[in-house]
Amino acid sequence: MTPKLELNAVRKSFGPKKVLNGIDLAIQPGRSLVVIGGSGTGKSVMIKSVLGIVQPDSGSIRIDGEEVTGLRGKNRDAMLRKFGMLFQGGALFDSLKVWENVAFGLVQGRGMNRKDAREIAVEKIRAVGLSPDVGDLLPAELSGGMQKRVGLARAIAASPEIIFFDEPTTGLDPIMADVINDLIVKSVKQLGATALSITHDMASARKIADDVAMIYDGKIIWHGPVGDLDNSGNDYVDQFIHGRAEGPIGRI
Amino acid sequence: MTASTPDTSTFITAPFQLCRNTGAGLLGLFEKIGTLSLFALRAVAHCFLPRWFPAQFLRQLIDIGYYSLPVVGMTALFTGMVLALQSYTGFTRFNAESAIAGVVVLSVTRELAPVLAGLMVAGRVGAAIAAEIGTMRVTEQIDALTTLSVNPFKYLIAPRLMAGTLMLPLLVLIGDVIGVFGGYVVAIYKLGFSPNSYLSQTWDILETMDVVSGLVKAGAFGFIVALMGCYHGFNSARGAQGVGAATTNAVVSSSILILIFNYILTQVFFS
Repeated sequence: MTPKLELNAVRKSFGPKKVLNGIDLAIQPGRSLVVIGGSGTGKSVMIKSVLGIVQPDSGSIRIDGEEVTGLRGKNRDAMLRKFGMLFQGGALFDSLKVWENVAFGLVQGRGMNRKDAREIAVEKIRAVGLSPDVGDLLPAELSGGMQKRVGLARAIAASPEIIFFDEPTTGLDPIMADVINDLIVKSVKQLGATALSITHDMASARKIADDVAMIYDGKIIWHGPVGDLDNSGNDYVDQFIHGRAEGPIGRI
Repeated sequence: MTASTPDTSTFITAPFQLCRNTGAGLLGLFEKIGTLSLFALRAVAHCFLPRWFPAQFLRQLIDIGYYSLPVVGMTALFTGMVLALQSYTGFTRFNAESAIAGVVVLSVTRELAPVLAGLMVAGRVGAAIAAEIGTMRVTEQIDALTTLSVNPFKYLIAPRLMAGTLMLPLLVLIGDVIGVFGGYVVAIYKLGFSPNSYLSQTWDILETMDVVSGLVKAGAFGFIVALMGCYHGFNSARGAQGVGAATTNAVVSSSILILIFNYILTQVFFS
């Protein structure tokens, strides 16, 4: 089967620093892959390369078997319409109301009229467990957990085929983190979407992953089903999932 | 370098080091000019190519134009007033009081209204644009626009560039009137000129080109202010410090560019 998303030998350097050093990764349609790895190992750059926010230096990125690196104009817009993304800090537009944030991709990105878009936005706001009155507030008036929920509602509003989650539980208390994990699992299943998450929260990874890959030093060093995580036979993975200070991964 | 003693090695490397530093500085400067020019070309292209965001454009027209009116108005009023007062104290020594009306109207329309309005708007609008877009960059809101299939150049930058280029000439036109009025008030009520002769002296000396050149300058300055605000905000470094630096750089660079282009445009129009 053609993978939904496939990265081959993707490299990216910022000056002398090699952030991605030949990433190879494939996700089958409908699967949820979680990429784990420490801070500064290139997780975010990898996601941004797929979206074309960062231009990789070399390598190939395919979506549904089609090369997407270097796409421009209308082709790129069409490619981006397949994606939804939940950002680490929410990245809500602070000058717009909550419902306008959720409806943004529908109204501005796809030209839907505001009335229909608002109905969908309210439905998505309900789906992430918020009351519809929240729609008329500004993002600054919401707590961190609520902002994450709104960010999730915005990511799924246009029913994307592929959803990226960038550190979805960072900065949340453990209970709210679990609520967000449940919402992610539920919404990805409902949409039948393919999910790629990056995190260093192992509880979150175990909950939302079908497969896990570990990134270290700009490369994928292990990739397998979440059930094999504890028997990976990889010292780097063992050190990371148990959070040990001593091991092959050096401290900076 | 295989120099045997530290002394000769310094002696030999010093000129190389000097060349290297000069070269690196020059290359850095050209690189900056290059990226800024590419950014400007891309931004201008997006002003003319669809899609457009009329609601954003309207918001910027109001933000940049309407809300700058008090600042520009006050600047023009007091500039016109002080011009009349200063030229009076100077010109009475040569019995040339009749030239005051001309000095006021020409200085205001050709130079002072566009330059001072440009500088005030650089402080008010350029800083605000850089801070807003810089914060959006730092909090990933610009990346979020991209993932929602909205091009940040079309949604954020094109409306600001167009609004800046259109609104500054309008502000300067109003500033021209207020500036001349300021000079008139001082001349009539403080210096005892006759209203009729002051106004006829003003009209006699004023030519269409004086006003038009000022308005063209204003358009260029509006473009510069919006461009520098967008450029520095869009390329803002991370964190509060990054946004602070972006804001400062936007104001400083647009102020300097305004003064440089003022000279260039004056040369083009009047020599």
